[in-house]
Amino acid sequence: MTTKVSADPKGVLTGEHFLDGDFACAEGALAAGCRFVAGYPITPSTEVVEMYSRRIPAVGGMFIQMEDEIAASICIQGAVWGGQKAMTVTSGPGFSLMMEHIGLACMTETPCVIVNVQRGGPSTGLPTLPAQADVMQARWGSHGDYEIIALCPNSPQETFDLTIEAFNLSELYRVPVILLMDECVGHMNEKVVIPKASEIKIVPRRYTQAKPGSYFPYRPEYDGYIPGMVKAGDGYFFHTTGLTHDERGYPEMNAPAQEKLVRRLVDKIRKNADAIARYEEDGLEDADVVVIAFGITSRVAYAAVEMARQRGLKVGMLRPITIWPFPEKRVRELAKRVKAFVVAELNLGQVCLEVERLAAGRGSRVVLAGHAGGTVHQPEAILEKIMEAYRP
Amino acid sequence: MANLLQPYNSMATIANKTEKKCHRAEPWLRADRMPHLWCPGCGIGVTVNAFVSALEKCQIPREDLAIVSGIGCTGRTAGYIKLDSFHATHGRAIPFATGLKLANPKLKVIVYSGDGDLFSIGGNHFIHAARRNMDLTVICVNNLNYAMTGGQAGPTTPGGARTATSPYGVCDKPFNLPFLADASGAVYVARWTTLNVRQLAVSMGEAIAKKGFSFIEVISPCPTLYSRLNKFGDGLDEMRYYKQSVELRNGAPTSEADLDLRGKIVIGKFIDRERPTYLDAVNKNFSQALGDKYQWWGPRP
Repeated sequence: MTTKVSADPKGVLTGEHFLDGDFACAEGALAAGCRFVAGYPITPSTEVVEMYSRRIPAVGGMFIQMEDEIAASICIQGAVWGGQKAMTVTSGPGFSLMMEHIGLACMTETPCVIVNVQRGGPSTGLPTLPAQADVMQARWGSHGDYEIIALCPNSPQETFDLTIEAFNLSELYRVPVILLMDECVGHMNEKVVIPKASEIKIVPRRYTQAKPGSYFPYRPEYDGYIPGMVKAGDGYFFHTTGLTHDERGYPEMNAPAQEKLVRRLVDKIRKNADAIARYEEDGLEDADVVVIAFGITSRVAYAAVEMARQRGLKVGMLRPITIWPFPEKRVRELAKRVKAFVVAELNLGQVCLEVERLAAGRGSRVVLAGHAGGTVHQPEAILEKIMEAYRP
Repeated sequence: MANLLQPYNSMATIANKTEKKCHRAEPWLRADRMPHLWCPGCGIGVTVNAFVSALEKCQIPREDLAIVSGIGCTGRTAGYIKLDSFHATHGRAIPFATGLKLANPKLKVIVYSGDGDLFSIGGNHFIHAARRNMDLTVICVNNLNYAMTGGQAGPTTPGGARTATSPYGVCDKPFNLPFLADASGAVYVARWTTLNVRQLAVSMGEAIAKKGFSFIEVISPCPTLYSRLNKFGDGLDEMRYYKQSVELRNGAPTSEADLDLRGKIVIGKFIDRERPTYLDAVNKNFSQALGDKYQWWGPRP
């Protein structure tokens, strides 16, 4: 494990604020030490870059508005190899355009943060209204085998906290981290407390200890999986490529090289999934039914759980905070002893598939409380599914 | 020319005689990646040779140089050059280079890629980087087709040319790349062929030294695909064609630099002008707007 350091006070707006989730994301990025953002305007995420572009000139850093999301999502990777912590911000259609570069960041192990403030889709869909329908895209959207980390905040405060966490995880695992917000969290205003810089812990870039000449860009150096980073301009004369490569970073296009590289890229997340996975739970000790919900839907689901409890039903709540890796271990444990899971999500069945997979053969049912998006669920709609889950 | 026509054995003798002496390009190449994948008669290696001479003379510390390529035959160049080197996705070398340059403004970043990569899939990024006057040097080796994928037509393939995807001839108009670069705002624009190696090397040096968005197009043979499909002969025949068809016109209006099938090739340095770079404009604008509060980005002038 790497030692965390205190945040650079220049970017930290310590104090109590009334912010929406998008602004909280911009403040989180500044607090995390992100000094480079490339973006392209798209509703409902634009306020993130609006705030960042207003703040960064006095903090010391760079915002550039690129010609499209394809450019933005690779511009940040250039910036990372130039030595900065970097982020891009988008929503549905822009996120679709970024898919190839999620793959590039995975393949070249470029730590970066991609924010997707989810709106209704497919296509142009509902630009100003919420959905949570990009969950599977975040996990599987680029071609090939890879693993990413994705975080789902359910409030502006948590957006601030998880933006910092997103940067920290990206540096720790050298992987793109996706902050999977939704329009409601992005646009809701709440109290956000920004701590002192000394209380914000930052994972610095994990640069190599090797000297130029004895450096292998893709030989694991940290924690058994993670190669040490370098940046351009330090005399290493290194090479990175999106092609399958050997430890020198040179193209090596054959089955053994593919096996070695892709397995490591996948394993560095899979083997650490339990350590990365974060979730919040409530009332699971004696629960018969567990509601699983994340992001804005978790806040509606809490209301539904409360209504169910008032009717004497033993209902608990599990809120995944990392949607990827999914809290698999916890769901598997619960699946052995609860009657059913109710998965409430602003889509027509995505996380539900993951829960079905984990619950299969363990004796519990999985009920979907789906919603096509455009608004949040009514708590009664989730309550109805809880009742349905109770029926034999 | 005479040397090139000597039988293979003579070439081997020459190679043996110079065995101990390393080629002057070798310190700039990743020797452990040789042999390269370019075909016999291909012009990309010629451009790399010219590029190496430009690097030798450019007086920029080697660690401050970086090279970014896209995908394709020319896209492999970054992988052979011993600098900090990046092989980006198809068409996206320029936005990657933009991030690299802005993140660490002391770097001199060179984008080295092909015509299909830079001007078809990557065309949007080219015009915007030129518009911003991003401080990058873009070298485009234009072999008039998509060679890595088997010789398909691209946005620079001259009308009438036969390619793998235009078996009855290309019928749409190709880009005039210097004209496009000029109109988009590049501060240095030149075109050469792989016959004009001296001018090319000098021009590459000028482009690297130039502050702002500099662009060089190098017309280059593709004997394996483009020339074969059009029955234009081998690499040497292409050199003969260049010799007969190039028309040196420094300062010519770029609108007169259209290329057509086997027609004249206008070469020269067309544009050399001054304009604030993107970063200079950003620093100036924010300094005016924010005064002392502004944190200057990059080295102060």
